[in-house]
Amino acid sequence: MTQPLTIEGLVGDRKRRRRERRVKSLFVLAGLVSIAISVAIVVSLAGEAWSFLSQVELSELFTVGWFPRRGLFDIPTLLIATTIIAGIGMIVAIPLGLGTASYLAEYATPRARRWLKPTIEVLAGIPSVVLGFWALTFISPEVVSRIFTSAKPFTMMAAGLGVGVLITPLVATVSEDAMRSVPRELREASYGLGADRATTVRRVVFPAALSGIVASMILALSRAIGETMIVFMAAGAVGGALRTWDPLDPGQTMTAAIASLATGSDQVAGEGLAFQSLFFVGLLLFLITLALNSVSNRFVRKYREQY
Amino acid sequence: MAMGLKNRSEATTEDVAKAIRRSKVHWQSTLFSVVLLLLLLTTLVILFVLLADIIVKAYPTFQERGLSFVTSGLSLNPETAGVFTGIVGSLVIALIVVLLAFPIGMSTAIYLEEYAAASRFNRFLDTTVRNLAGVPSIVYGLLGLAMFVPLVRMMGLGGSTDGKNVIAAGITMSALVLPIVIITSSEAIRAVPNSIREAGFGVGATKWEVIRSHVMPVALPGILTGTVLTLARAIGETAPLLVIGVATGYFAPPGDATILDQLTGAYTALPVVVFSWTRQTQGEFAETLAPAAIVVLLGVLFILNGAAIWLRNRTEKKW
Repeated sequence: MTQPLTIEGLVGDRKRRRRERRVKSLFVLAGLVSIAISVAIVVSLAGEAWSFLSQVELSELFTVGWFPRRGLFDIPTLLIATTIIAGIGMIVAIPLGLGTASYLAEYATPRARRWLKPTIEVLAGIPSVVLGFWALTFISPEVVSRIFTSAKPFTMMAAGLGVGVLITPLVATVSEDAMRSVPRELREASYGLGADRATTVRRVVFPAALSGIVASMILALSRAIGETMIVFMAAGAVGGALRTWDPLDPGQTMTAAIASLATGSDQVAGEGLAFQSLFFVGLLLFLITLALNSVSNRFVRKYREQY
Repeated sequence: MAMGLKNRSEATTEDVAKAIRRSKVHWQSTLFSVVLLLLLLTTLVILFVLLADIIVKAYPTFQERGLSFVTSGLSLNPETAGVFTGIVGSLVIALIVVLLAFPIGMSTAIYLEEYAAASRFNRFLDTTVRNLAGVPSIVYGLLGLAMFVPLVRMMGLGGSTDGKNVIAAGITMSALVLPIVIITSSEAIRAVPNSIREAGFGVGATKWEVIRSHVMPVALPGILTGTVLTLARAIGETAPLLVIGVATGYFAPPGDATILDQLTGAYTALPVVVFSWTRQTQGEFAETLAPAAIVVLLGVLFILNGAAIWLRNRTEKKW
């Protein structure tokens, strides 16, 4: 049976086209869920944060410590503790992560790489509550207390080291990806000029992969700032904290402040000022990590486009 | 350069030959590779010590209690306390994630990869998903507290906990893992070669028909692998649950309760059990029961990861 080919015949029947439109709108709807969640995050944080800000004097945000249940909302206390713990984490994670990445990408034989990489990924898959337990029961007594004999059982140092272990595999895997995406021709050109492997890694591969390496570090910093459980379990200061720069003191980060307010014995209830301060801290945390992630995404896009 | 050539006029054939043969040990290069190897080994040693330490601490519990530690529920008595209540809570949360986050996430991924012309809406959606993936988990807890707990209450599922129940927890976790589901599914769909799609269009299939019968069957193994790993993330998260009112102390599940009562009542999850036992003042909970609960938690995650690898190996196709 032959039929002449017509425009109508090519367009297809109406029922089919209607189904196409319906399916597409379902997919768009699914996409809108993500946007709705973003909006919901901003709205729920900003609403309570705004009513918190309108109830406290600005000077109350800069007092002597963070004791929300007593009306002391010293934001610098939380920011300093966050800086110290994330800083210690980065000091641990950058050399370990970068060293691991360089060895995996440039030195390891394919066979060694096949079992080394999954092992690093196992470390990446360990839940933070496990590292929190370990920071409290191993890093604190066996590492921190041995080196600093005056240290208390709860220190920002122990929490920071735990966070470092948590983010090391992140630095390692993202940096390794960046180094492996450097084309082989660049390395061969370097060898051709008589450079050895170490020189090639330092002078050719590192600079070429730099944007990816930087991205991995910013991503890790953002994770360190947003990490809750390790700090909450190992850094102590559950009821509140005084402003301190000493890593051997207990301390409370932004995330731990939220968690401890929410799990306090007198459950966070309704309209209280302490309840609203939680959302204000959450908003600060959200904005800081959002800024870091945007910068990191820009770096990632840069190295993706280069080769 | 470390070639041993002081200036060009001194270079003899012999010098050059020697330099090429590397008769001189380049100690900086050796040192560099040794340092890298040491850093890698340090990372591995940390992982090994972490696992060994926890297993050694957990061993007495499993030796004394055996499997009854896994099958018995919460208790104030360390002799009889087990993780079963936590396992049930985590599984219910995982089930809700499978029902909510997976279909929505896969659909979004299909939209982004198959329908996405480079329109402004698509770029906006892509950026939104990427940003959501970087939001700290505790912020999702605040979102759950402000939005999902009241939502559950409004749906009449508040129960005895006034909305702070496992349903709200499941919805919160779904929101948390949604961006990860989208990103991993997108990657799997992107890996499907265009020739597959063109074959479908060539015989007159519509876009949806091509997606359903050509793209999805090929992309599905990759999507499944990614989503199984996402489940591992949902099961390991603790912080958001603390914010939305998971029970961190002892509670007795009502004996003759209906399923609805149980779903809307107090609940806990496996990582939360680890957390609350670690905080217990009674020594045994923190010293031997918490590490044993960690071993169970890691065991569950290990099984999920194993399933993901098995799925990938069984179904992976090379193009």
